[in-house]
Amino acid sequence: MNDTLKTFLTRKTGVIGLVLLALVVALAVLAPVLYPASPWEITGVPFAAPGEYGMLLGSDTLGRDIASGIAHGARVSLLIGVASTLAALCIGVVLGCLAGYFGGWVDMLVMRFTEIFQTIPNFVLAILLVAILNPSLWTIILAIGIVSWPPLARLTRAQVMTISTREFISAARCQGQSTASIVLRHVLPNAISPIIVTGSLTIATAILIEAALSFMGLGDPNNMSWGFMVGAGRTVIRQAWWMSVFPGLAILITVVAINLVGEALNDALNPRISRS
Amino acid sequence: MNRREFNHLLFMSGAVAVSGVGLGRPAFAQAAEGGLTAIIQPEPPILQLALNQQTPTGVVGGKIYESLLSYDLKLTPGPQLAESWEMSEDGLTYTFHLVKNAKWHDGEPFTAADVVFTCDDFLKEVHPRARATFDRCESITAPDDYTVVFKLKEPFAPFLLAFETSSAPMVPKHLYEGEDYRNSEHNQTPIGTGPFKFNEWVRGSHIHLQAFDEYYGEGQPHLTEIYYRVIPDAASRSVALETGEAQLAQWGDVETFDVERLSALPHLTMTTEGYEFFSPVSWLEFNCRNKPMDDKRFRQAVMHLIDREFIRDRILFGLARVATGPIASTTRFYDGDVKQYELSIEKATALLDEMGLTPGSDGNRVTIDYPVPPYGETWVRTAEFIRQALAQGGINVNLISTDVAGWASAVSNWEFDITTNMLYQFGDPALGVARTYVSSNIRKGVMFTNTAGYSNPEVDRLFAEAAVATSDDTRQQLYSEVQKLLVEEVPVAWLTENQYPTIYDNRLEDLIVSATGANGNFASAKYAG
Repeated sequence: MNDTLKTFLTRKTGVIGLVLLALVVALAVLAPVLYPASPWEITGVPFAAPGEYGMLLGSDTLGRDIASGIAHGARVSLLIGVASTLAALCIGVVLGCLAGYFGGWVDMLVMRFTEIFQTIPNFVLAILLVAILNPSLWTIILAIGIVSWPPLARLTRAQVMTISTREFISAARCQGQSTASIVLRHVLPNAISPIIVTGSLTIATAILIEAALSFMGLGDPNNMSWGFMVGAGRTVIRQAWWMSVFPGLAILITVVAINLVGEALNDALNPRISRS
Repeated sequence: MNRREFNHLLFMSGAVAVSGVGLGRPAFAQAAEGGLTAIIQPEPPILQLALNQQTPTGVVGGKIYESLLSYDLKLTPGPQLAESWEMSEDGLTYTFHLVKNAKWHDGEPFTAADVVFTCDDFLKEVHPRARATFDRCESITAPDDYTVVFKLKEPFAPFLLAFETSSAPMVPKHLYEGEDYRNSEHNQTPIGTGPFKFNEWVRGSHIHLQAFDEYYGEGQPHLTEIYYRVIPDAASRSVALETGEAQLAQWGDVETFDVERLSALPHLTMTTEGYEFFSPVSWLEFNCRNKPMDDKRFRQAVMHLIDREFIRDRILFGLARVATGPIASTTRFYDGDVKQYELSIEKATALLDEMGLTPGSDGNRVTIDYPVPPYGETWVRTAEFIRQALAQGGINVNLISTDVAGWASAVSNWEFDITTNMLYQFGDPALGVARTYVSSNIRKGVMFTNTAGYSNPEVDRLFAEAAVATSDDTRQQLYSEVQKLLVEEVPVAWLTENQYPTIYDNRLEDLIVSATGANGNFASAKYAG
């Protein structure tokens, strides 16, 4: 593990990503301290430019503080990113393990099922799910989770398939260990690193899907989110650029940070990449 | 997920953002000299105005079809297909004398038989609003080719307002008699008596109308042709006006925040006149069946909490008046002498305390559901604003976003606590206002009825008497009384009288001349000089 950490730290981009991500997380954690009022609260004059009336990033069309929206929006974005990725991991890893370990008709069945999901464009499916289920924080997490699991399932399946043919698995079988114990204690721990890397990138995708959904007015109307802010400010972009630019930057920075971290994590966890 | 998929997603979300500000598109249709290119959005589903009365159908169909009367900006009836008319002393018989040289676009003469067929047969089958009006008739007869007599069962004061084009468009008897009206092939090639005849409709691109040479108006129409171009993107619509590619936009074609910029351009003029017949009033609707909305004090408290001037200035960008009550100030029988609800959190909280609705441990007195109407940004901003406004009084509002069908179903089936709504008034309280408040119109599953479920025998009585009273003074008294009563009771919290901008090329003259403005027939419209 020490080796892994060292490799990670030698990747400059990874460190930059980590710092940026830490900033976003800090913003999310400190949001209620920095901006105790609700981000929906009309605190100032509408259309105030950045810096005017004590509002660092200006106000939106109703006079809501953009900076407060970005801080509170960070909580929503990160929560949805992490929670929906966890949901996707739960579905993807379980199905991938079943398919990869048992093979045969189980594999066939699970993979055909996965392909059904892979043939539907995932953003379209997410829109459909959210529209049917009525947008709220939990239905959005569920919808993003449901559209994000197929790649994780395929990856897990491939990993499990290669590992379960190794000698130490055969040895465990010979010792009479139960299937559950073999999968959980021997197969998965050895298959997990690429899944972690893909999972981290899935968080970034989930944040983007959430932003796109809110942009289209399918977000949770009771939670401030970055995509919503861009969507609400977009129509007046010629009069007030700051309403859509700052939340847009927030999305950009967060997604780039997560990608950089994921990239470095990939290098660190991949035994085939030489460690200099 | 691999890198390619990720990039694809990144690109996709970018593309969504860009399409919002996409500029320009090839000009498919450009009117010749003396012609008009106007914007139409959304594209109408059909042009047969008797079958469909949605706004875009009214805009285009209003040039092709006509009814018996026209209405000036004060809603006074004037001649159209009827050149004169009288009402009997008892208010039961209306006699219309038709113009003698009107023709259908296929060359057949327009006669009284067409009027009888339209009002007694066609419209009664396909047009819900016209059916309600003409069902009040005992008989509709044509003593000769150019006279029509309507005999009513009992007096109905706003009867003369029933002959606006979209309320009672005349259709040709010689084409429709014996047909299945809804599925007739003639619906695809509309034939009316209007100054412009239908020429071509390229779906998704444009509708082309040509001047009708045999129109009965002396020297009319002046315009040679009209192109209605379908432009789905709001930014492109603004650009089309800016560049002069289109010379006219109406209703919601131009986004509210863009109106000021466009009206300031030297070649464009903006007016909010020409919507008097519709005079939409928006309100916050309460479900008066549910607690605590069933208590008048709760509804009054809400009135005290909402800053309606903020909605007018910041959400509608000044394109509205603050509504004082159920009847719009631009229509008949409006009375502004009613109870005023000043902005006051103290008064609101006092009312709520008096009700015994005290704040819980989380500071909320009550939590209510608000399905947000999915009709665009203005409604969403209004909902967000109202949530914050009510939060000041300890009322926690839970916004529910939904699609058009979901919202209509929630409201018409009474599955909401509060929501926003807006209805046209159709020129007379008996036609467009009473329907929201009288208990006989509480109809589950039907939209634009008394969905609030408000029921008050006194209100029912006043509206019923006012509808059949024949003197305007009596009607005014009754309507003034009902306005006072309703404003005290607040069955819905009136927000604004919404105005719409008609933006047009300032070389155009006599374009907006009636209470139906851009929906009018444009017979008198011409270019200056």
